[in-house]
Amino acid sequence: MEIPYIYYLVVSGVMFFAGVYGFIARRNMLAILISLELMLNAVDINFVVFNRYLYPCQLEGFFFTMFAIAIAAAETAIAIAIIINIYRNIKNIKSDNLDKMKN
Amino acid sequence: MDYSFSILILALPLFMFLTLALGGNKMSQKFAGLLGTAGLLTIAVLSYMVAFQYFGMDRVDGIRPALMPYNFEWLSFTDKLTINLGILLDPISVMMLVVITTVSLMVHIYSMGYMHGERGFQRYYAFLSLFTFSMLGLVVATNIFQMYIFWELVGVSSYLLIGFYYTKPSAVSASKKAFIVTRFADLGFLLGILLLSFYTETFSFDQLTADGGFFLTSTSGATFMGCSVAAWAMALIFMGGAGKSAMFPLHIWLPDAMEGPTPVSALIHAATMVVAGVYLVARLFPVYLSVPEVLELITWVGAITALYAAVVACVQSDIKRVLAFSTISQIAFMIVALGVCTSMIPSEGGLGYMASMFHLFTHAMFKALLFLGAGAVIHAVHSNEMSDMGGLRKYLPITHITFLIACLAIAGIPPFSGFFSKDEILAAAFNKSIFWGVWMTVVAAITAFYMFRLYFGIFWGKEAKHEHTPHESPATMTIPLIILAVITCVAGFIPFGEYITSNGEAYHIHLDMTVAITSVVCAVVAILLATWLFAKPNSKPEKMQAALPRLHKWAYNRFYMDNVYQFVTHRIIFAYISRPIAWFDRHIIDGTMDMFATVTNSVAEKIKGFQSGKLQVYVWIYIVGAMILAAAAIYTLCIK
Repeated sequence: MEIPYIYYLVVSGVMFFAGVYGFIARRNMLAILISLELMLNAVDINFVVFNRYLYPCQLEGFFFTMFAIAIAAAETAIAIAIIINIYRNIKNIKSDNLDKMKN
Repeated sequence: MDYSFSILILALPLFMFLTLALGGNKMSQKFAGLLGTAGLLTIAVLSYMVAFQYFGMDRVDGIRPALMPYNFEWLSFTDKLTINLGILLDPISVMMLVVITTVSLMVHIYSMGYMHGERGFQRYYAFLSLFTFSMLGLVVATNIFQMYIFWELVGVSSYLLIGFYYTKPSAVSASKKAFIVTRFADLGFLLGILLLSFYTETFSFDQLTADGGFFLTSTSGATFMGCSVAAWAMALIFMGGAGKSAMFPLHIWLPDAMEGPTPVSALIHAATMVVAGVYLVARLFPVYLSVPEVLELITWVGAITALYAAVVACVQSDIKRVLAFSTISQIAFMIVALGVCTSMIPSEGGLGYMASMFHLFTHAMFKALLFLGAGAVIHAVHSNEMSDMGGLRKYLPITHITFLIACLAIAGIPPFSGFFSKDEILAAAFNKSIFWGVWMTVVAAITAFYMFRLYFGIFWGKEAKHEHTPHESPATMTIPLIILAVITCVAGFIPFGEYITSNGEAYHIHLDMTVAITSVVCAVVAILLATWLFAKPNSKPEKMQAALPRLHKWAYNRFYMDNVYQFVTHRIIFAYISRPIAWFDRHIIDGTMDMFATVTNSVAEKIKGFQSGKLQVYVWIYIVGAMILAAAAIYTLCIK
């Protein structure tokens, strides 16, 4: 028995908006990064689901997901490196405090 | 004949100025002084070469032609309106080259002694070079606009040199006064140039003076307030000349200009720059001849100035001021000589032109000598006041003899140079009318009187107490004195009419015996009177002063001309014209600009919160916006 695709979309929608909320509301940069990952993963689920349901004979959606995961991993590595450097400079990682270059 | 080297006469002083101004601080004082003097010596030699070649040249049709070794187009606004720069060599400009470089060279040598150890010595020499450059550029100008450019440059260098002791408030105000008064006169000059060139469509001197008729026919129609445009233009141009030459009532800057170093007074405010006005009138002489009413004005201005300055000079106590007023008076002689001319032909009423140029030449030499002598005296006693001097002939023998020669020359005693030139001026004045002749003879007699009052006041009379015994100046100062004294002794015998006349043809100077004898007798009487009054300490001057208290007081205060100016400028112009304009500027114009600034500032203050730099706020706004757009899209799709 096949699971109706709407279920997947509900899951990915919840994940995506949870990510959006976290991205906007959290001040800790690690939390922001995690929220970003949530949004990316929600999109990945959408790719897979639509590929499966709309073009069952093709694999582009899967490939795209693989790419997205790989790039997300690389991007996370860079982001964490940046966060560590920020921590070294200002001794915390609150995004509010990142105003050193503003004035 | 090749005159292409004449460009060096202009290029060298400019180069010297740049070198001394930019590199002066890196040089020692001695080197800077020697460099400036060596540069000027070269320029003087070049000028003598030009003069030698030019006056050695054969006449063409009985006259010496005007040459233009250089004349290139500098600015071209339209086909007709172009401005040239170049070098014009004709008898008067070549004569001026010789005068300027000779006096300037003497002053350069003299200054090495006089300004020795002074702060800003290199700056002083740089300014002297700048002045020499501007003055030479002025006299060789090929057109009236080039003359105007250098005219202003001369004014600037005079300003810089008067204000040389810039820590002294009186020097600063004197330099400002000189600049503003001459600048005001130059406004008239500029207006005159514009009027003249508007109607004649040319700036160049050779076209302006070539044919007076050409100029007149083109303007005969236009009149303004009863006088032709030509008369207005020439009167306005004369106003510029009167400002530079310190003619009444624009003379007030010259006595104050004596705040500058004494050699500067000798160079700029006695020998060269102040005769620029005379030179200007001489340069445009044929045009002036075509407007006799302006010549009449020139005569009156000159005659009144000559008398006024001579009377004032009789009672001043500062020796440099006496010399300043005597300069004003002598320049007025030259102006009168030009004013009384009635034709281009020397023997028929055009004698004044030659006389004026001759007097310009001799006066430059003996007045420079007087100023340099006064500088030597001031150097010895450290004071400008006559009361601090007296009896100096024992201590300053060379200065004494040279000063005496110059006094005899300016008083018009033969065989010194001043006699010959002044005699020509008096002859020219008598030619015009007895009235002018008598007037100028009286002024000449007063001249002799005040010069000998000065001479006795300095070198004879009661000896003042000195802190240390005055001593003769160093050789750098006495040698120029001796050279100038020699020139003063022999310059009168130069056959000046052979070189410079109004129409260019040779004119043989012959002394008019009646005029000569009258003037010499008057001068001798005046000198004897001065001897009787001032040679020995006595109470006669005080008695005379007591007999005419009002005249003395008025003359001592220069007939309150400065106070009149003070009143007019401060009470009338500043109070009723400048102040409202300043108010308008400060409140209306500045206010409008301030308003723009304030409004921009406050608006920016309000909206700057939009760009907070907080990424999360941007994202939030972005998402809300995206959701609104998505909702709108879905809504419209569903409606369809």
